[in-house]
Amino acid sequence: MEKDRKVSNGQGRKGISRRGFIQLVGAGALATTVVGDLGKPLPAAAAEVAEKGEMVHVSLQVNGRRHRFKVEPRWSLLDVLREKLGLTGPKLGCGRGECGACTVLIDGRPRYACLTLVLEAEGKAITTIEGLLKGDELSPVQKAFWDNDAMQCGYCTPGQIMAAEGLLRVNPNPSIEEIRLGMSGNLCRCGSYAHIFKAVEQAAKLRRTI
Amino acid sequence: MTMPNFSYVRPKSLKETFSHLSAGNARIHAGGTDLLGCLRDGVFTAEKVVSISQLDELKRVERLKDGSIRIGALATVAELTNHELVKEGYPALAQAALEVASPQLRNQGTIGGNLCQKPRCWYYRGEFHCTRKGGTRCFAMAGENQYHCILGGRGCYIVHPSDIAPALVAYGASVEIAGAGETRKIPVEKLFVLPEQGITKETILEPGEVLTAVLLPPAEEGFHSSYRKVRARGSWDFALAGVALALHFHEGRVAGARIVLSGAAPIPWRCPDSEKIITGQSLDDDIIARAAAAAMRQARPMQHNEYKIELFKGLIAEELAAYKRS
Ligand SMILES: Cc1cc2nc3c(=O)[nH]c(=O)nc-3n(C[C@H](O)[C@H](O)[C@H](O)COP(=O)(O)OP(=O)(O)OC[C@H]3O[C@@H](n4cnc5c(N)ncnc54)[C@H](O)[C@@H]3O)c2cc1C
Ligand code: FES
Ligand code: FES
Repeated sequence: MEKDRKVSNGQGRKGISRRGFIQLVGAGALATTVVGDLGKPLPAAAAEVAEKGEMVHVSLQVNGRRHRFKVEPRWSLLDVLREKLGLTGPKLGCGRGECGACTVLIDGRPRYACLTLVLEAEGKAITTIEGLLKGDELSPVQKAFWDNDAMQCGYCTPGQIMAAEGLLRVNPNPSIEEIRLGMSGNLCRCGSYAHIFKAVEQAAKLRRTI
Repeated sequence: MTMPNFSYVRPKSLKETFSHLSAGNARIHAGGTDLLGCLRDGVFTAEKVVSISQLDELKRVERLKDGSIRIGALATVAELTNHELVKEGYPALAQAALEVASPQLRNQGTIGGNLCQKPRCWYYRGEFHCTRKGGTRCFAMAGENQYHCILGGRGCYIVHPSDIAPALVAYGASVEIAGAGETRKIPVEKLFVLPEQGITKETILEPGEVLTAVLLPPAEEGFHSSYRKVRARGSWDFALAGVALALHFHEGRVAGARIVLSGAAPIPWRCPDSEKIITGQSLDDDIIARAAAAAMRQARPMQHNEYKIELFKGLIAEELAAYKRS
């Protein structure tokens, strides 16, 4: 059924086929010269299409390394980071933008990986908490969370740390009010807020001394 | 809570976007922060997700020759909080943007998506086939309605969720709407739809149309504006009550006024009676109290949201009082 429908739906075949998508999104500069399914050259500015339920290639830059794999268009960045790349720092909490457990940096800014389609993250620099480590050494924000006991169960912690990292990258010397505002997208069910805010204050100092 | 299947397309131009939108049940994806939640929760379905996120033509924020400001629909909410042109001339908009959601969502959510977002009524977002979803019953009427509207409801009692919209209405801003046919420009005030005008729609956008930009009229001398929001908790939350004010003063008197409420009605709610009361007057306690009362005269609370009336009166009065010495 599914197959029949796809064949009769000529749209996808007019230059913007699955193959076109794979090559356009995956091959960067090569994109304008690739050849589509039917052997015809693709128009330079063709839209990128991924059919329903179909696996398409995606190329992601995560923690400074490039990865290529197949995804379904409905998969979130969080799904892929955890299930395909084994990066289990980002957590699934609510799945609807309410808790912050899935926070990662996209082009240096904190965002929710649960509300980001993986195809939307193409071409952007993604940083998870795993990417903050330098070898075995903790980053200043990680160290400050450790020193201040800024966690109990720890489930929210990677998200909190990434939110703090994002905040301090644009505002290296935040006031306590700015810290509260910057961390307001991350809930902690254990109620470690007082320690979290202290940790962010200390992290700001640590970052300045490096 | 798994994400349903859909096909995905990322057009390179508006023209291409329109052709993809003409397919049945296609949905626009800007930042995706509201769309993906709705799809995951089954609020509606999409055969095709049309991502406009790569349309650079919709990302610019610029001052036009006539002094007005044009904000592309893809400008992020975070950009509105810190863009010089916005902070300088339209402080209520910058304040409202800062009140939106959380830092992560402001980094991703766009002004266009904020205006076109779906309401947050928990019945609508839940598994209830309510009037807004084409059903025959509004479950809030006899249900948990503490966050629902006190003005403008009929057959559906949502409040409009946007903080940005009331600020835009206060400034007399417009939106540009493009479709396969002609591009139209309409006041933001006319963008939204009351339940009695169309119970399953929030905006006048037709399927296949894209909101391409927001246009702010030039900021004038003697013009003051603000947005204040009250919410149930300190971290992110939608407005229980909010008020956007844009007041024009001339020789100590109010020469022109717009008072627009969030959290009150299914659309950003203007208070023409209150505006009339203060116009031509200098703001003293008596005028302020009368204006605040007038804003709530038509209010029809339900079982659990009567508190909003006093909340709004207090909020409007406090906000107006802050201008006493302007
Ligand atoms: C947890 C949470 C808390 C929030 N709190 C607040 C709050 O306090 N105040 C507030 O104002 N908002 C709040 N929001 C809403 C948030 O601001 C919006 O989700 C966001 O602005 C939508 O922008 P987007 O670009 O992600 O839109 P998308 O999710 O991409 O789109 C939203 C809807 O608009 C349509 N759409 C998007 N762009 C266009 C366009 N250019 N033309 C036509 N249609 C379009 C889409 O098809 C979709 O139906 C909250 C959201 C969440 C998840
Ligand atoms: S899991 Fe993403 S915000 Fe909760
Ligand atoms: S430490 Fe348990 S949720 Fe924050």
